[in-house]
Amino acid sequence: MHKEDQHLIFELSSPGRVGYSLPEMDVPEADLSELLPEGYLREEEAELPEVSELDIMRHYTALSKRNHGVDSGFYPLGSCTMKYNPKINENVARYNGFAHVHPLQDESSVQGALELMYDLQQHLIEITGMDEVTLQPAAGAHGEWTGLMMIRAFHESNGDLERTKVIVPDSAHGTNPASATVAGFETVTVKSNEDGLVDLEDLKKVVGPDTAALMLTNPNTLGLFEEHIVEMAEIVHGAGGKLYYDGANLNAVLSKARPGDMGFDVVHLNLHKTFTGPHGGGGPGSGPVGVKSDLIPYLPKPILTKQDDQYVFDYDRPQSIGRVKPFYGNFGINVRAYTYIRSMGPDGLKAVTEYAVLNANYMMRRLAEHYDLPYDKHCKHEFVLSGRRQKKLGVRTLDIAKRLLDFGYHPPTIYFPLNVEECIMIEPTETESKETLDAFIDAMIQIAREAEENPEIVQEAPHSTVIGRLDEATAARKPVLRYQKS
Amino acid sequence: MKHRYLPLTESDKTAMLDAIGVSSVDELFSDIPESVRFKGEYKIKPAKSEPALMKELARMAGKNADLKTNTSFLGAGVYDHYMPVIVDHVISRSEFYTAYTPYQPEISQGELQAIFEFQTMICELTGMDVANSSMYDGGTALAEAAMLSAAQTKRKKVLISAAVHPEAKDVVKTYAKGQYIDVVEVPFKDGITDLEALEEMADENTAAVIVQYPNFFGRIEHMNELEKIAHSKKSLFVVSSNPLALGALTPPGKFGADIVVGDAQPFGIPAAFGGPHCGYFSVTSKLMRKIPGRLVGQTKDDEGRRGFVLTLQAREQHIRRDKATSNICSNQALNALAASVAMTALGKKGVKEMAIANIQKANYARNAFKKSGFEIVFEGPSFNEFVVKMNRPVKAINEELLAKGIIGGYDLGRDYPELNEHMLIAVTELRTKEEIDTFVEELGDCHA
Repeated sequence: MHKEDQHLIFELSSPGRVGYSLPEMDVPEADLSELLPEGYLREEEAELPEVSELDIMRHYTALSKRNHGVDSGFYPLGSCTMKYNPKINENVARYNGFAHVHPLQDESSVQGALELMYDLQQHLIEITGMDEVTLQPAAGAHGEWTGLMMIRAFHESNGDLERTKVIVPDSAHGTNPASATVAGFETVTVKSNEDGLVDLEDLKKVVGPDTAALMLTNPNTLGLFEEHIVEMAEIVHGAGGKLYYDGANLNAVLSKARPGDMGFDVVHLNLHKTFTGPHGGGGPGSGPVGVKSDLIPYLPKPILTKQDDQYVFDYDRPQSIGRVKPFYGNFGINVRAYTYIRSMGPDGLKAVTEYAVLNANYMMRRLAEHYDLPYDKHCKHEFVLSGRRQKKLGVRTLDIAKRLLDFGYHPPTIYFPLNVEECIMIEPTETESKETLDAFIDAMIQIAREAEENPEIVQEAPHSTVIGRLDEATAARKPVLRYQKS
Repeated sequence: MKHRYLPLTESDKTAMLDAIGVSSVDELFSDIPESVRFKGEYKIKPAKSEPALMKELARMAGKNADLKTNTSFLGAGVYDHYMPVIVDHVISRSEFYTAYTPYQPEISQGELQAIFEFQTMICELTGMDVANSSMYDGGTALAEAAMLSAAQTKRKKVLISAAVHPEAKDVVKTYAKGQYIDVVEVPFKDGITDLEALEEMADENTAAVIVQYPNFFGRIEHMNELEKIAHSKKSLFVVSSNPLALGALTPPGKFGADIVVGDAQPFGIPAAFGGPHCGYFSVTSKLMRKIPGRLVGQTKDDEGRRGFVLTLQAREQHIRRDKATSNICSNQALNALAASVAMTALGKKGVKEMAIANIQKANYARNAFKKSGFEIVFEGPSFNEFVVKMNRPVKAINEELLAKGIIGGYDLGRDYPELNEHMLIAVTELRTKEEIDTFVEELGDCHA
């Protein structure tokens, strides 16, 4: 071990130390050998750590200090909508009646939980302009796959068995083509044009009688609104396909344009992005899916309905694609999203998008002289820069990202979308102040200057983090994926 | 717009519009075609202040019967266990819960190391070589295991025991449709997978034999025999396990399992009306490069300091796109952290003690039912659940119990028509002798 290494919890373990307080054993104990067949009582104990409660708290506090969250500082990670996570959400999700309710209790004993789910569905229906919503999918990618499975079931029930292809723009999130594959489709890529939008001529070429759907993010991953959405919808619908909306970028269009009105047939939302379920270090999220009326029969079952003043689950759904998740979705995240929507109201949600877009455009214009701006037009909630000017000076986008760490920022998304060279994708969100944006812009300008005058300082960054750049090649070549006692 | 989450002032807005060179925010939306532009405001409930909203939602929460004020004997995949108080203190540190996926390792060492420790603990409990950083839940993890098996063996049929959790089974079937995989159910006999039937059904088209250990009825399967049948056809042996039970039971890895999945909900994760929980996924080293989801690996920086990174990413959707075998992106990282803290608090001794306490208390309860004249169906070695035959509909019984502050067991008739009027009862370490005695007493004497 290096002297500066952070201990693993296993290295703090000392035999005989405990960190638990189990209830008393107040029933007469039977001989275990009579209760379990031979060979089923574990012989070798699982090597979990033996530490005291204070050891645990200090360990995880130390780890938390080695982690950057939105509460630690600015986090302009494009396409991820790293906005403030309101604290009321955390409190509400921990109410006994929400956190400590069993999913298989009788419906009559969980009417409050069902009421919240139902009202959230109603709010999401209005926000997306769709006809029905399911809360069952656990995350965005799970929602994509659920939506595609419904589209498949729709075509199949129409006897339309040749629709085996899903069209995905070259700028799409990686989950889009992967979800299409898992749902049993082939992926066809449609090109972007020089304006960063889907190339309509290419779209016309790739649609056909084998088209099941087009998956689209709008605004797209370049932060640009697909202005020709109406024509695109006509092209796809005209060929008998369905239009799928990836809701990852919904923060850009709240109260400005609804997927349902743009012609989309299926929508998934990432409640952990636009609707402030915290990202949790990579999850849990929640990925509700909304559909137009002709797809309602295929929704995962059960669906939640209201009969008189009672909320009930309907399992009698013969055309349903089936269950996509045990129980009813990531309820705890849905509680947080509902709390957020109710904290904002209609005018608040409108302001969210207006400020998110204002912040992004402000940053884009102020950075435009210092970095290449591949698409010089108003962006929506995020924008992309290219680091190709700096690359010529020997400073790569990766170096710029690492240098930002020295200023206490989480870097933007880099090298995505794939169709922009040395891409830097910045999403400030609406919860950041002008002062924060200005400070970040200043840092970016300083780095651009350093690239010209003193590139080593950027190339060798970061200089101030607890650890330097890590050897990822060795990690992949000789994987060490667990601790082993030496 | 004045709102506590929106810091821009009027003068900020003016200055920013100036810098952009537009006169209004509306101009920034001029690229949205008129015909699809949404005008006006959403017809949704108006905003509420923080105190008013908390009161409204507390009332809504109060309409639910919760596991803290009532005494629960309901399990069936979600359990009421000891949750070390420290768990919530750790996961409430916002450096963890407001971070995203640790793509920038220099400022994400905390999360990465915590996941590395989680992977290690899951390997220890399951007896497997490699575990990933988590899945959505046990059900989708099982579905991914079925897909992995089909891809690995290039076969298109999986055999799944009818004694696997019915909702997990349903999820497997939905995913299987996407991949054109046939899912065939193997019947159970006396509450465990029917070995003779399995023997007949397994063939060279079988990608996997999927069982649950302990199974949905709480019973302990004949793992040696199941493994032999699966491997005799070169199928993968896939096991879904409650990881708490593995504190006391011989782990599936020791029985030759190829893939072990499940849900870590018993470790410090609240029931939360069914989610979010925390799926786990573990495999033998042979399948390491086929495992879905994120993996954290150990490495060094240029000064030789130990550090952690996301690794073997070539498997994942953001690299492989349509060639990826799984589309999972977000997982359940924060709940994996909660489970890690709970597993750490329990430690080597506590996890065993807690698992054994479940076996002992369930055994005591089962005997108490027998003494009261109830028939225990599927009697035999089990963990913390067992099946009792009732003399009337379970739904009606549960309504009466709830009036007395007891959440009764699961109505098996919902999934198994032949088990109508049968209750699946879970007894965890939290149930006291007094609570168990009261429960049995409330159900009345069943002697004819």
